[in-house]
Amino acid sequence: MNTPEQNAPVHTAGAAEESRPSLSALLLDPSFWADWASVVGLVGLVIVFGIAQPVFLSIANLQALLLAAAILVVLSIGQTFVVATAGIDLSLAAAVMLGAIILGLVNAAGWGIFAACVLAVLATSAVGLLNGVLITAGKIPDFVVTLGTLSGITGLGLILSGGEPTMVGSTFLLKLASGSFGPFGYPVWVAIAAVIVAHVALYHTRFGVHLLATGGQVESAGALGIRTNRVKIAAYTISGFCAGIASVLLVARIGSAEPLINTSLLLNSVAAVVLGGVSLFGGRASILGPAIGALMLTALVNGLTLLSVSAFYQPLAVGAIVVLAALIMRYQK
Amino acid sequence: MSAVHHIPSSEAILACEGLSKHFGGIRAFTDVAFQARLGEVTAVIGDNGAGKSTLIRCLVGVHVPDGGEIFFDGRPRPFANPDEARKAGIETVHQNLALIDELTVAQNLFLNREIVRRIGPIALLDRKAMREQARAMLSRLSINMPSVNQRVRRLSGGQRQAISICRAAGSGAKLVVMDEPTAALGVQETANVEALIRRLREQAVSVILVSHNFDQVRRLSDQIWVMRAGRMVATVRSSETTGNELVALVTGAA
Repeated sequence: MNTPEQNAPVHTAGAAEESRPSLSALLLDPSFWADWASVVGLVGLVIVFGIAQPVFLSIANLQALLLAAAILVVLSIGQTFVVATAGIDLSLAAAVMLGAIILGLVNAAGWGIFAACVLAVLATSAVGLLNGVLITAGKIPDFVVTLGTLSGITGLGLILSGGEPTMVGSTFLLKLASGSFGPFGYPVWVAIAAVIVAHVALYHTRFGVHLLATGGQVESAGALGIRTNRVKIAAYTISGFCAGIASVLLVARIGSAEPLINTSLLLNSVAAVVLGGVSLFGGRASILGPAIGALMLTALVNGLTLLSVSAFYQPLAVGAIVVLAALIMRYQK
Repeated sequence: MSAVHHIPSSEAILACEGLSKHFGGIRAFTDVAFQARLGEVTAVIGDNGAGKSTLIRCLVGVHVPDGGEIFFDGRPRPFANPDEARKAGIETVHQNLALIDELTVAQNLFLNREIVRRIGPIALLDRKAMREQARAMLSRLSINMPSVNQRVRRLSGGQRQAISICRAAGSGAKLVVMDEPTAALGVQETANVEALIRRLREQAVSVILVSHNFDQVRRLSDQIWVMRAGRMVATVRSSETTGNELVALVTGAA
């Protein structure tokens, strides 16, 4: 996936050798559609829903849409780091649940909401760390390890919570969920901050280059002295950290810590990554792509709801779009 | 001729004694003694499967040998990983493990030695500086590259090899190790690489060269080491040998 950020230097430096392709040539080039699938999809959905149901384009609805997308955006960023190393984190949504339960229990134990949030994020980061260590030191496929931790931490969450939801009555979380600064609610700002930090980490730090190198050709990267195991462990830990942030946003949003896994969060995080043009084989990634992919999936659900389409059709629509996106990806350069 | 055992001399930049390596039941090489002298081009030749590449990988830390000792700069220096070898001043151009397809030319040239700007505790990549220096590195070796922002995936085999050599040579290493550096190159690119190896030698950089090409080895190297079936069987001065003698040593007909 080429973000504008990535393309800019190509055009300035390569201007002498290669002229900019014409617009018509660009539109006929399948790789253009592959690189911009999530943007094209989002724009398409906005136009279709805007015409079919003008309420979709109201400021209030767009703000609600962004608010609803914030959690998925944060999770998609975590998933992106893992997928960039040619891995996958299936335990993401379970980690969100564990984080929420720990937040609720620590808060209920009277430790204060700040400590509860920090411990929740630490716990989910530890889950990510465990995933990374098992995958690299244990030499077990990522799919198996994260499937195992999915089940393991689901059980742990049920044991800790006794299967009961915990109410979290905190003014801090209430403000986080409902307050806003400027045009956006706080959760949206959290997601924007996560996008910026992740983008800088991926494109402007040594870690980012080493992450893509590890995902691209792990043996070559190792031969060049990159500690590929550490890079992978870091990627899973980042994924866990993002799950922790998402769990805080989730508890703030619903006001309680539920011992339930939202499986659509997991599937949609992978879907957003695919829509964002990140290669499931690793080595190619962007942050804006999956973030826009997450927005697109949320817009899809939001628009279908406004059009009074039964909720039963939503997973069908998400599935169709993801498979379509994956097909288009084959034309990526 | 057969016994090539001697104490590594003080002028050896890299040497080994009694080195052995096997993978499971398969013996890559046994009891190998070898040395590369400071400021010289040292060639290692041998037939396919003679153990050349594995020996080189052991010397630069990719594989850990099962037995024997490695000396770098006169001191025992077993390298646990390529990073340690690199920090000590050994740069390697690997036969297959060379470039990351999805990264650009400039990113590959600076992989794991990226230029960063420090802003407080945060180190950000200086991508502009890396692009500029990448262009300078390429033009210094007359490697023709349309753009340093091109992904390596889209380059030819020759261009890829040129870039990996450029990366190894461009780091101020004491010793550059090349495994079949011109195997996939065109005529012009081969000539460029040979010129580059001579230039490195002029600048007193030591080079270890693994090659099949006996003519090239005689043109470029000062000392030639011959491996056969997992053993180091001979060493000769390049100026005192002939192509026929090398063929005989490699095949065991001598």
